[in-house]
Amino acid sequence: MAVNIIKERWTSKVAESTLGPDGLKIGGESTLPFMHFEGEMPNRPVTALEVFDMEPADWPEMLKAPYADVLGDPVAWAKKVVDLGADMVALRLMSAHPDWKNASAEEVAKTAKAVADAISVPLIVIGCGVEEKDGEILPVVAEALEGKKALIGCVTQANYKSITAAANGYGHNLIASTPLDINLCKQLNILISEMGLPLDRIAFDPLVGALGYGIEYAYSIMERARLGALTGDKTLATPVVCFVGQEAWKAKEAKDPDVPEWGPQDERAILWETTTATTFAIAGGTIFILRHPESNKRFKAFIDESMKA
Amino acid sequence: MFEIIGERINGLFIDIREAIKNKDPKPLQDWAVKQAEAGAYWLDVNTGPVASKEEQAEIMAWMVKVTQEAADLPCCIDTTNWMAMEEGLKVHKGKAMINSTTAEQAKMDALFPMAANYGAAIVALTMNEKGVPKSAEDRSALAMELLANADAYGISPIDLYIDPLVLPCNVAQEHGPEVLEAIRQIKLLSNPAPKTTCGLSNISQKCPNRPLINRTMLAMAMVCGMDSAVMDACDDELVDVAATASIILNQSIYCDSYAKIFRQR
Repeated sequence: MAVNIIKERWTSKVAESTLGPDGLKIGGESTLPFMHFEGEMPNRPVTALEVFDMEPADWPEMLKAPYADVLGDPVAWAKKVVDLGADMVALRLMSAHPDWKNASAEEVAKTAKAVADAISVPLIVIGCGVEEKDGEILPVVAEALEGKKALIGCVTQANYKSITAAANGYGHNLIASTPLDINLCKQLNILISEMGLPLDRIAFDPLVGALGYGIEYAYSIMERARLGALTGDKTLATPVVCFVGQEAWKAKEAKDPDVPEWGPQDERAILWETTTATTFAIAGGTIFILRHPESNKRFKAFIDESMKA
Repeated sequence: MFEIIGERINGLFIDIREAIKNKDPKPLQDWAVKQAEAGAYWLDVNTGPVASKEEQAEIMAWMVKVTQEAADLPCCIDTTNWMAMEEGLKVHKGKAMINSTTAEQAKMDALFPMAANYGAAIVALTMNEKGVPKSAEDRSALAMELLANADAYGISPIDLYIDPLVLPCNVAQEHGPEVLEAIRQIKLLSNPAPKTTCGLSNISQKCPNRPLINRTMLAMAMVCGMDSAVMDACDDELVDVAATASIILNQSIYCDSYAKIFRQR
């Protein structure tokens, strides 16, 4: 007897967004991830590799090694990650952090512009993580990047106003970031859209945790948001950004070179980052910001397989 | 998500009756906008008793047209006159709702094909030539007949809005628990389940403090599985009840602006 496949009937879908000057499409799915028999997944999840605007202080040697010749030169580094197969470049403006160089808005905007001009893939620009400082520098960066249709973040409830106004004015998309709380996540999407930035120009960052470090919380939030999106909640139907590299490389399992009983770091660290990413791909993630080129390669191989109907 | 069917564009109201008489679109369009802003998902359009049967078709088409010019919402075309129904459907943009058929075979055989033909949703009342049944079980039995007949015409349960018939609590008090139980039973009839709806303000006919009775009924009916109601979309507190009930029932994800967001669809 033929097996009758039970299909869920969804009434709505995730917003489709476009990024970059050439209009890279993301989102738009009308079913849960990779359920190709049930609905459409018109665009594949995409990756970005991180580029710092200064030599990163806390990266383990193993992570620095593939970029040894370009650390401290963000333009060369950006070109390199494109060559290594990243779909996008994620430029992190760490030099603006008051504890590092406390670089000015003008300085970091100049770097961002130079990087954007050197690449043809979409650019993600991430602030230094200090809400107040990001509220100052990101509007200036947005102005410098006019026409690049960049993805700018992270915007929080504390600094969304200045950055949203600038992103709207200069034609960029935003990453809205909230700390592991679906209700706050929804509220921030609403606050941003009420300032006039359409929901399809927002991607939300629910704050992911790495494998072994609270991954299940982020997984539940992402899944709940996707179920909401597919049943008509437009305010949560936006693409999801997963800062996988940032979290995975904080884990001692990834960064500690000297634990022989866990096996060689080379394999262990890559597995930690890749497994964290694949988990969130299954939960509904859209944009995966990774750090190691080998993780990028393996994760993309996983997506290749998963996109087959 | 709960669907409000705004009740205000109805010839029973004096301003609408006058507007129909004078062919003045403004009152209809003002109510269309007001109800849309207040959170309506559908706009009920009813000629009321003013017109003769022949005129009704033309009036309905005019009402649907001017209403949709003002608000980007689908109409719930509310008439017992099949000719008026069809004229309304002809000019309607998007997916309309037919209001309504009963479980009488002749009506089902006329209106379900019309719904299928125009791709419309349809309200189906759990009554037949014998009238409105008293018990939940008899209401559910008629709901099952409606569901089976709709299915025979290729209408999906998600386009079928079954109305278990809310009656005034001051004269038909014993119907209250039966209606609520019927809603529960109707939601179990098929998978996907049929939708449910009702004429909410019937519950408070000729009672003092109608808004309180309407609000209480709405919250209770939603717990049982009520998916929509023909109601006063401009009663802010009533809409707040619908928004809050949909949060408590986990039908939409909580956020601090939930009541505002509920109205923006």
